[in-house]
Amino acid sequence: MTAFMPSFSHRAGTSAPLSWIAAALVAAFLCVPALAVMPNEKLADPAMEARAREISKELRCLVCQNQSIDDSNADLARDLRVLVRERLVAGDSNEQVLAYVHDRYGDFVLLRPPVTGYTALLWGGPFALLLLAGLGTALYMRQRRRDVETMPVPTLTAEEEARLMVLLNEDKSGDGR
Amino acid sequence: MSAVTRHRLLLLLPLAVFLILGGYFALGLTKDPSKLPSMLIDKPAPTFALPGLSEGEKGLSNADLTGKVQLVNVFASWCAPCRVEHPLLMRLAKEDGVTIHAINYKDKPEAAKAFLDQMGNPFTAIGADKDGRVAIDFGVYGVPETYVIDRQGRVRYRHVGPLMPFDVDETILPMIRELSK
Repeated sequence: MTAFMPSFSHRAGTSAPLSWIAAALVAAFLCVPALAVMPNEKLADPAMEARAREISKELRCLVCQNQSIDDSNADLARDLRVLVRERLVAGDSNEQVLAYVHDRYGDFVLLRPPVTGYTALLWGGPFALLLLAGLGTALYMRQRRRDVETMPVPTLTAEEEARLMVLLNEDKSGDGR
Repeated sequence: MSAVTRHRLLLLLPLAVFLILGGYFALGLTKDPSKLPSMLIDKPAPTFALPGLSEGEKGLSNADLTGKVQLVNVFASWCAPCRVEHPLLMRLAKEDGVTIHAINYKDKPEAAKAFLDQMGNPFTAIGADKDGRVAIDFGVYGVPETYVIDRQGRVRYRHVGPLMPFDVDETILPMIRELSK
């Protein structure tokens, strides 16, 4: 096992920790965020490459399902990234490329699914819920206002009236508490 | 309806919401999110022409997919589930007399041949899809996948993942029988 130990760790004395720190620093600076897009996939034309990246972010990786093909290391994602770039080079517009992939993999491949009858609930659901909640609140508020307005004013019995008078008079002639 | 009964009914609202959500989730649990619908259902199979596994060997093209109800199986020697379903494909071809065509997905021809030598070859013809492009045209997103193709060369059904005996007996074979009528 000792064969795998760095040979300079003991002999080099005090400089050894330093070289380790230096190595760690170099490694730290070399750490760039891992990108799924490999250099050899990239297009020479930066504008077209930017479009490819933009499209790739719209397409779901069908293997990992919660990543775009731009983020995914899956084989199929790579193939689709290459395909996207090929279509762009062939002169397709962004929409045409998306349509090309959509034709083969369906709504699921689009991270922003189109509004259709099938996805209506997905898109409209939150708004429907908001509307429902608003409607419920409005109805409740109206009902409560009506309840307050139509609430019969309670009348006092003769007995209560007499006691009230006693209490009021008591306060008037009292010690000012 | 008096105000009191109305309030009583309102108390049932959480229960109603729970039941609706519960039903919704229960329905969701019966569905496998990793199984995606195919875009090709009831549409003609994509146009393609693939070479065979080796030079001079017959390949596979969409012209081969017409005239007979058949299966198209997308497989690879590196794919473990393909090994699992392979005996079933052998049974389908040998015992049930089903025509099975294959697309060999992103594979080395030698490896595919070794696989078939070892496990048996149930395929009438095999197309080597080395770069996986034809598979993309089929909407393949995982191997193995199996397609049921009708006489007109239209895709009628897609199965994603390894075929299991009950898939074959309850879905694939009845469908083939129905389409062959």
